[in-house]
Amino acid sequence: MALLTYLEAIRQGIWEEMERDPSVFVMGEDIGVYGGAFKVTAGMLEKFGEDRVIDTPISESAIVGAAIGAALMGMRPVVEMQFMDFIACGFNQIVNMAAKMHYRWGPAVPMVIRGPSGAGVHGGPYHSQSNEMWFVHTPGLKVVAPATAYDAKGLIKAAIRDDNPVIFFEHKFLYRRIKEDVPEQDYVVPIGKAVVRRPGTDIAVITYGAMVWTALDAARKLEEEGLSLEVVDLRSLLPYDEETVLASVHKCGKVILLHEDTRTGGMAGELAALIGEKGFEDLDGPIVRLTAPDTPVPFAPPLEEYFLPNAQTVAEAARRLASY
Amino acid sequence: MPTNVIMPQMGESIAEGTITKWMKKVGERVERDEPLFEISTDKVDAEIPSPAAGILTKILATENETVAVNSVVAVIDGESAVDSAPAPAATAAPRPEAVPPVVLPATPTPAGQIAPSPAALPISEQSEGGEAGEIRTSPLVRRIAREHNVDLNQVRGTGLGGRVSKKDILDFIEQQSAGGAAVPAPPVEVQKVAPPQVTFAGETHVVPMTPMRRQIAEHMVASKRTSAHVYTVIEVEMTRVVATRERYKNEFEQRNGIKLTFTPFFVRACVEGIKELPIINSSVDGTNVVYKRDVNMGIAVALENGLIVPVIKRADEKNFLGVARAVQDLADRARSKRLSVDEVQGGTFTITNPGSFGGLFGLPIINQPQVAILGVGAIEKRPVVRDDAIAIRHMVYLSISYDHRVVDGAVAEQFMGKIKKILENWDEPVL
Repeated sequence: MALLTYLEAIRQGIWEEMERDPSVFVMGEDIGVYGGAFKVTAGMLEKFGEDRVIDTPISESAIVGAAIGAALMGMRPVVEMQFMDFIACGFNQIVNMAAKMHYRWGPAVPMVIRGPSGAGVHGGPYHSQSNEMWFVHTPGLKVVAPATAYDAKGLIKAAIRDDNPVIFFEHKFLYRRIKEDVPEQDYVVPIGKAVVRRPGTDIAVITYGAMVWTALDAARKLEEEGLSLEVVDLRSLLPYDEETVLASVHKCGKVILLHEDTRTGGMAGELAALIGEKGFEDLDGPIVRLTAPDTPVPFAPPLEEYFLPNAQTVAEAARRLASY
Repeated sequence: MPTNVIMPQMGESIAEGTITKWMKKVGERVERDEPLFEISTDKVDAEIPSPAAGILTKILATENETVAVNSVVAVIDGESAVDSAPAPAATAAPRPEAVPPVVLPATPTPAGQIAPSPAALPISEQSEGGEAGEIRTSPLVRRIAREHNVDLNQVRGTGLGGRVSKKDILDFIEQQSAGGAAVPAPPVEVQKVAPPQVTFAGETHVVPMTPMRRQIAEHMVASKRTSAHVYTVIEVEMTRVVATRERYKNEFEQRNGIKLTFTPFFVRACVEGIKELPIINSSVDGTNVVYKRDVNMGIAVALENGLIVPVIKRADEKNFLGVARAVQDLADRARSKRLSVDEVQGGTFTITNPGSFGGLFGLPIINQPQVAILGVGAIEKRPVVRDDAIAIRHMVYLSISYDHRVVDGAVAEQFMGKIKKILENWDEPVL
């Protein structure tokens, strides 16, 4: 076991996969000589050489297109978006090419597109988005969003080994704030499986990404008041783990759906529909969504602070729901 | 042992129902209380839960088929030991079991008093007004109540606005079992409580009520229990109406092929009265008053062994002839039993006519879920005082029974005043 940050865990996961499988290689803007904007790929050029650690021009469309071609030829590319906000420039390649190829012609498209997403670091509207739902709504892709270092490593390895295009949303706020003992031996975290981070009995809080930590903070705070929150970390958004979500709702009877993404069309709405359809008779109160408002991510720190749900707002929502 | 599935008798005076949908196919398994088929009756469309668990082995009435109540519409061949054989007992059973009887006023039933039977309430109140309106709770609590046979009226709610929460019902169930207190009798049991035994002197001859008679009985008693009936009677001079009728009746019949009766005069007058006082055309739903945009006028028609109330839909949009034609048509078909389900439902106000058998006036029972009913007495010549002299005039007593929950005396009097004014000054052309 080694104490690793969330970022180091991702690096170690990619590193191990590159050692294990020569068809794995990385590509992206400034990932080689510079080691990546956040240094996720630091040291890889020295270790694996420039054939497997490729600096690209500033063109997300070209990066994704090249990765698709390589994947079709049997390689397993792992490409970096410098910020997930910029993935929009490669959008057509992802949703119309990568996502549909297997359906249309049958080939496997084993590739990973990864990069930093999320707010909380005063990055402003172009460097802070949680844009995972663009891809959750695209059949043919897999979408993951780990919250812990252990999961980040296990999921990046699972993503690289998966034969489908996987969009891997790292949370930049967690990069160096989370430190965890991560096993050195080989392991993967299966895509599509949620985990109960903290068992509870009164209200299920279902969330993912950095908000998992917010929910855990709130749960600790409310425990002193005698209110027991169960925190479910989805980990994968497409496919997502219906069973764990419904089991938690069944157990608690009340549910808060929490995410950092904006409200309309967010994951919370999808989960609310699922619970309404399959867990209706388990509900002892209204389904509560706790999300960012429908605006771009503000740059000004006080506004960004207001924009993001926090332990305080989660606790308040939980108290209201508990008294319903 | 096979269980017969029968067309249930819904709480309204109609003797048949139409199957609109089967939720299960022959050969499929069905659980007890699982929705089995949908029916359309004079009152509402309703889902009917299965009376037993087992395999649906026969469907005897297909979709869109209209069958008499109590007829067997399907057979379930299963392990369930539900006694299905005696029709009267089984008829009403499925519904009250599936729908907890929580529609009654929130005051708890005093111990020892027989709780009102849920089946007697109009179905619309059971399914629509039901828990949502009266007891604030959640899908989960309703499920637990169903599984444990708990009457939610007896559970104290501690949630927001007295809402019954999961904790409340679980505490209640625990108390019931811990305290050794008898679990509240399930609704069906309550229903089966026998009325006090009556002994009759002398020779008697016992005839079971027909389904229609039973429905009328239930419906009338339920109405008395539901509404705060208040009555008022006015006297109306019919000289102009009688003269109008005398003058035009031959030509009217010749031209339109129907008789010119007094009923359309009263319908028209009521429609105009309702336009001024729309509360007369309302219903009570929990703590809400529901105003209806359409005036659907029910006309009570006496039958050989009962009575039925066909409805003139949107009477407010019809002229005199249109109303007259609708009255004639509905009355004819009521007597020949050719009314469709649709034609006896959706009424918003009712006119009944005790005068047709000579009654001076009657005090009718409100036709739920309406809030008022007009009774028309006999039209006859009476001596009345006009200009300090005794004159002979055609007179009629009109009575109204109204629900004082929403209609106050002043409003009812204004309504009657309006009708009186219209009838006494009749100026609408009838041809």
